[in-house]
Amino acid sequence: METIQNKLEGPVSDELILVQAAKRGDDSAFEELVRRYDRNIFRIAQHITQNREDAEDVVQEAFLKAYSNLAKFQEQSKFYTWLVRIAVNEALMKLRRRKPERTVSLDEEIKTEDDSLPREIADWSPNPEQQYNQAELREILSKTIQGLPPGFRTVFVLRDVEGLSTEETAAALELSVPAVKSRLLRARLQLRERLGRFFQKRESGDGDQ
Amino acid sequence: MKCSEFLTELTGYLDGVLDEHTKVELENHLSWCHNCYVVCDTTKKTIEIYRDSQLYELPEDLRTRLRSAIMQKCQQHKRRGP
Repeated sequence: METIQNKLEGPVSDELILVQAAKRGDDSAFEELVRRYDRNIFRIAQHITQNREDAEDVVQEAFLKAYSNLAKFQEQSKFYTWLVRIAVNEALMKLRRRKPERTVSLDEEIKTEDDSLPREIADWSPNPEQQYNQAELREILSKTIQGLPPGFRTVFVLRDVEGLSTEETAAALELSVPAVKSRLLRARLQLRERLGRFFQKRESGDGDQ
Repeated sequence: MKCSEFLTELTGYLDGVLDEHTKVELENHLSWCHNCYVVCDTTKKTIEIYRDSQLYELPEDLRTRLRSAIMQKCQQHKRRGP
């Protein structure tokens, strides 16, 4: 079985040149950084907040914060990882404001070790996503990931959708590497189990979804 | 390798970061344990489906609007000084 290849970020070699130019006051260099990463930040923000307006706010606030704190950026990590950390914090703050009755943090959802163990082992159809049209599939994927606790879906999105390495994800979320690995496994298994309801191989003659 | 050990190594296997020995053991387990094979295969599909889904793409008009708002706010920040 083939392994999953990480989606690589665009060229990072000139990222530092842009950052240094932006630090010297070159706004067009900063605008280039916005162009380079706005789609990623929007996706991450919307995955965490599950709300489009909040995601738009997060994109603006994250870039503005990066701009105004650029002098403090030490250049020891990638600019993108630093930006993701800012955006994740902004997105979590949005969630907290929306759900003041419960604290939202990346550390809240440590449940028992068995909560993600596979219970449903039925196989999926060969091309499960083709059973649905684009709009239906998006609805399924969006609803399914919404059901995960924020700390799980954030790790899943950074690692599996955005292709950050485990170390970069740990740095962006200020979590340990083992914590990222454990959350990633549980997020993957929980999503797999939930998607199974839609993608399971159906017996012939079974019209039920 | 037992099924519980397979689960511990699953993430490393899908990410292609297992050492050769563990990888061989895991693949050996998958060759006879159908349940673990299905879990492995459908977990891999889960990741691929999300990765390829283009969920939450930023529409081009909104993108332009956001970028111009960001740069405007940056200018204001610059004028006000640190």
